[in-house]
Amino acid sequence: MTPAIVTEGLRKVYPGAGRAGPPSAPGAPTPGDTVALDGLDLMVNEGEFFGIIGPNGAGKTTTIGILTTRVLPTGGTASVAGADVVRNSVTVRQRIGVVPQRPNPDRSLDAWENLIYHAAYFGVPRREAARRATELLERLEISGKARLKVDQLSGGQQQRLMIARALIHEPTILFLDEPTVGLDPNARNSLWEILRELHNQGRTIVMTTHYMPEADELSDRIAFIDRGRLLALDTPENLKMQTPDGSLETFFIAKAGRGLDA
Amino acid sequence: MTSASAVASIASIENPHPAVPAWKVFLALLSRDVRVARRELPFFLVRTIMQPMLFVIVFGYLLPKMGFTQAGYQAALLPGILALSLMLSSTQSVTLPMVTEFGWTKEIEDRLLAPISTDLVAVEKIVNAMIQGIIAALVVLPLARLVMGPVAGFTFSHVPELFIVVVLSAAAASAFGLLLGVLISPQQIGFMFSLIITPMIFFGCAYYPWRGLDVVPWLKYAVLINPLVYISEGLRASLTPSMPHMPFGAIVGALLVLTVGFTWAALFRFRKRAIG
Repeated sequence: MTPAIVTEGLRKVYPGAGRAGPPSAPGAPTPGDTVALDGLDLMVNEGEFFGIIGPNGAGKTTTIGILTTRVLPTGGTASVAGADVVRNSVTVRQRIGVVPQRPNPDRSLDAWENLIYHAAYFGVPRREAARRATELLERLEISGKARLKVDQLSGGQQQRLMIARALIHEPTILFLDEPTVGLDPNARNSLWEILRELHNQGRTIVMTTHYMPEADELSDRIAFIDRGRLLALDTPENLKMQTPDGSLETFFIAKAGRGLDA
Repeated sequence: MTSASAVASIASIENPHPAVPAWKVFLALLSRDVRVARRELPFFLVRTIMQPMLFVIVFGYLLPKMGFTQAGYQAALLPGILALSLMLSSTQSVTLPMVTEFGWTKEIEDRLLAPISTDLVAVEKIVNAMIQGIIAALVVLPLARLVMGPVAGFTFSHVPELFIVVVLSAAAASAFGLLLGVLISPQQIGFMFSLIITPMIFFGCAYYPWRGLDVVPWLKYAVLINPLVYISEGLRASLTPSMPHMPFGAIVGALLVLTVGFTWAALFRFRKRAIG
């Protein structure tokens, strides 16, 4: 299988507020800095549903941020859909769709315009954009809301609009950052349905979550990360086989020395 | 787990997405802003016309009628009022959206994910604000002229100078607006109006020519940090050239320096805000 994403030694250090002085050794973090990613190696295959799981602060959002060109790595390399995220960020953007952790629709536009203008940014001709928007709104069951200001949409509906927006330019790879946080069980189940359908179409999907059943339910493979490092990477079945009670949660605690809610 | 061969094979993935030319993405971003501006047209007009027109009514109509101003004051005031409209409109049409979109809703994100360099996303904001500033000046000009009546020395005979001044003024004011928009947080908007915009308006030589400040020499030089001074004087030089004004070359030079400086600082800061 061809890799859709490759990261090598990916590192991200956020400068701390109190810069106490120069680092003790070249490359060592300055006291007070936050090391969000500490040499992360990942390879995601084309067409794979790839789950990234870890507690808050594990480095999930930073990983997605770097892979979607919104965060600059401090060290290491990452390529997405064949392009380097730093040197060819414009090419990467052309090939990806991103569903953010919190819906951030363009509030000056209605739902329909959110899709049409986003498509225009990617060079999709207007008529084709309208066709895709109609189809996506239909499939995501928000076609009745097309002409509403996005503020009038519920949280779940806004999240679906974000998925439609991420798909309208037909990206090769779809990124979702904790897409079901704040959704009620019904909305979550219906989002899972949509994601399964997208995966069945052969799309590569990268999703972060700190909700174990979600990763278990959807992912082909799961990467466990904590404190910016990869703890384990395998299929949910293989990971579960490694614990006496067959639970991903137990596996994670054994590896990380703490639970996901820690 | 990764290897050189894996990295090599990734490059060979067939690419179904031909690159979209940057100008096309730029125009799409601009059309989004034009759409939003059209929807907010009534608010735009109120925001644009209100303050300059109130000044026109008091200083360009009432005071001359009462006999409190000398003949010729209107010729100094009209270009100043246009400068004010142009600057306030350019600045506000980029500052306020940037403050909310970066600081509050993060909704700028969908444009930052567009396949175009981050710098061009910022430049598009400047171009859009320039268009709005120029439209504001075009709306206020006939209204102000209507309220004031005939203005001695007012002429359209310096079109090339007028064109240069208007474009450079709009660029300087819009770049300044973008810089403010990426520097301040939503909580600081009130502070920005009281401490930055209001002093700029009153010390921007909009209501009096710069040469009038000969009477207070220290102030005459202190106001030179204010971009509005060059916009007001530039419009005087091109619309009422018989009135005293700064040398045209100095005005153009200052506006160029300010445009480049503000744009450079705004892009630097925009990149910092956009990419973590």
